[in-house]
Amino acid sequence: MHFHDGQIPEEYRRYVGRKVVFLIILTILLALALVVAVSLGAANVPIPAVVKSLVGMETTRQTEVIVWNIRLPQALASMLAGAGLAVAGAAMQSILRNPLGSPFTLGISHAAAFGAALSVMLLGGGIMTSNTVGAVQITNPWLTTFSAFAFSILAAAAIVGVARLRGATPEVMVLTGVALGAFFTAGTMFLQFFADDVQLAAMVFWTFGDAARASWREIGYMTAVTLAASVFFFANSWNYNAIDAGDETAKGLGVRVEWVRTSGMMLASVLTAVIISFLGIIGFVGLVVPHMVRRVIGADHRFLLPASCIGGALLLLVADTGARLMLAPHVLPVSILTAFMGAPVFLWLIIRGGRT
Amino acid sequence: MILDSRRLHFAYNGTDILKHIDFQVAPGELLAILGPNGVGKTTLLKCINTIHRPRDGAVLVEGLDVLRMRPSDIATRVGYVAQKSETARLTVFDAVLMGRKPHIRWRTAPRDLQIVEAALRHLHLESKTLRRIDQLSGGELQKVCIARALVQEPRLLLLDEPTSALDLKNQIEIMRLLRRVVDEHGIGAVMTMHDLNKALRYADTVLMLKDGQIHSYGPTREITAEMIETVYGLAVEIHHINGYPLVIPREEAIH
Repeated sequence: MHFHDGQIPEEYRRYVGRKVVFLIILTILLALALVVAVSLGAANVPIPAVVKSLVGMETTRQTEVIVWNIRLPQALASMLAGAGLAVAGAAMQSILRNPLGSPFTLGISHAAAFGAALSVMLLGGGIMTSNTVGAVQITNPWLTTFSAFAFSILAAAAIVGVARLRGATPEVMVLTGVALGAFFTAGTMFLQFFADDVQLAAMVFWTFGDAARASWREIGYMTAVTLAASVFFFANSWNYNAIDAGDETAKGLGVRVEWVRTSGMMLASVLTAVIISFLGIIGFVGLVVPHMVRRVIGADHRFLLPASCIGGALLLLVADTGARLMLAPHVLPVSILTAFMGAPVFLWLIIRGGRT
Repeated sequence: MILDSRRLHFAYNGTDILKHIDFQVAPGELLAILGPNGVGKTTLLKCINTIHRPRDGAVLVEGLDVLRMRPSDIATRVGYVAQKSETARLTVFDAVLMGRKPHIRWRTAPRDLQIVEAALRHLHLESKTLRRIDQLSGGELQKVCIARALVQEPRLLLLDEPTSALDLKNQIEIMRLLRRVVDEHGIGAVMTMHDLNKALRYADTVLMLKDGQIHSYGPTREITAEMIETVYGLAVEIHHINGYPLVIPREEAIH
């Protein structure tokens, strides 16, 4: 069978061109948002000074400290978290063929919260100190981070394990995730019930997802994992498109559906686990961003996944900057704002109708 | 031979579903698999491209055993049109482009896009290039699914009840299209069907399954009312109108 005489349709070229332009615009907006975010704060740094500092030109000592030690790490952390959570959410929604697929709805965040609580309670990670601006800090963050990560991975492994036993169908994975979420929530409540005041505060504090927690070292880890996972997801774009068309059609196209599901699920979980272990739980980004982006750019994963990545980074950066500024001098954790923004946006998307 | 099924045997949870299935498909041949609900028609179709793995026997596509091939290599030789239509929000062009998946390594090449355009034109879908597939009619969607299987550049096409969800006009259109594709490109095609009249009119050969085994297999003109009666448990007559066979249930079978 041969189709030799084909020409690439001009209208299709233009159609793809529009998607590429959207991606470019999103990237430019992200770059602008980064500069503005770094410039805004308790001490305003003028935008030209920020740009100078970012490109390595000489500025004042004070500007350098504010940009490189305070604002840029937080901005980059929120961008990475937004990108990672959104791309993981987009991949999960496709893998599970379920618009509710996200790390939050699959119990992975709950497992992380349980891991953190357990570390605070039993492993001695929960001694808190107050610093001058009144924020609470956990004194042994690495232990808490590791424990949260371990339990997220355990939850993901349990989902994948049950899927291997009962067949890697979306229903099996979603239901297992919901059950695990309930289980780990109960576990956290159990620990909280027996915790003393200080431990309880530490447990609750940990769940407030906050981009300010990340230092350069953590940003390095998050960058590596987000990049690797994103490349993996992008490389699987056609597989996700095929799975969207139905398991049988995908298999007919030579896609190893079970493997694509299992590996994608595992990697999305690892990515999420790394982010929430370092920053705490940031809900709704993984759920809402892919839906928002899909409205504009369509369901083709070749464009949806990169757009979710950039869109997630932009959204969380803007949200984080908003959270820093809106109740100044109090600095809100970004997770509170994302949930406040995310829920109405999600409702709006549902009411607007159409298949999301 | 394009397809050679040798003593194919499939079991599920210890129960034999298909036993000793031997048949061949030549270039330019359209084979219809018939039989009552639950007899294993779809299972047989899925065994051919290893969506189901047979327990025993061999399936050769152009002499190569598909059971020893990677799924992506099978997909470059065997196109599959599933029964269930889909709802993904892709454009017609992108939905068909997906058929190039087995040939795409990292990203689509201009040749992939050219093949898709030619296939759309071949199937008279070019005016729908950027239409979203969830906005298509049932007949158009089925054409898109067939186009997607064709851009795989297969030697063998498998179709699971290609006309079951369509109105009469679209049923005829799809059957004519399949006939044309098989004749023009010299590929082989295997389809499962419930509609005996369409099968007898458009297929070259018919394979009828009963109790997981081949009951009758041969050129369409050799299919008799007795064979159909034994397989379906319903008394029928075969009439010929304008040279085409027409199967109708006998009066006493209806009442």
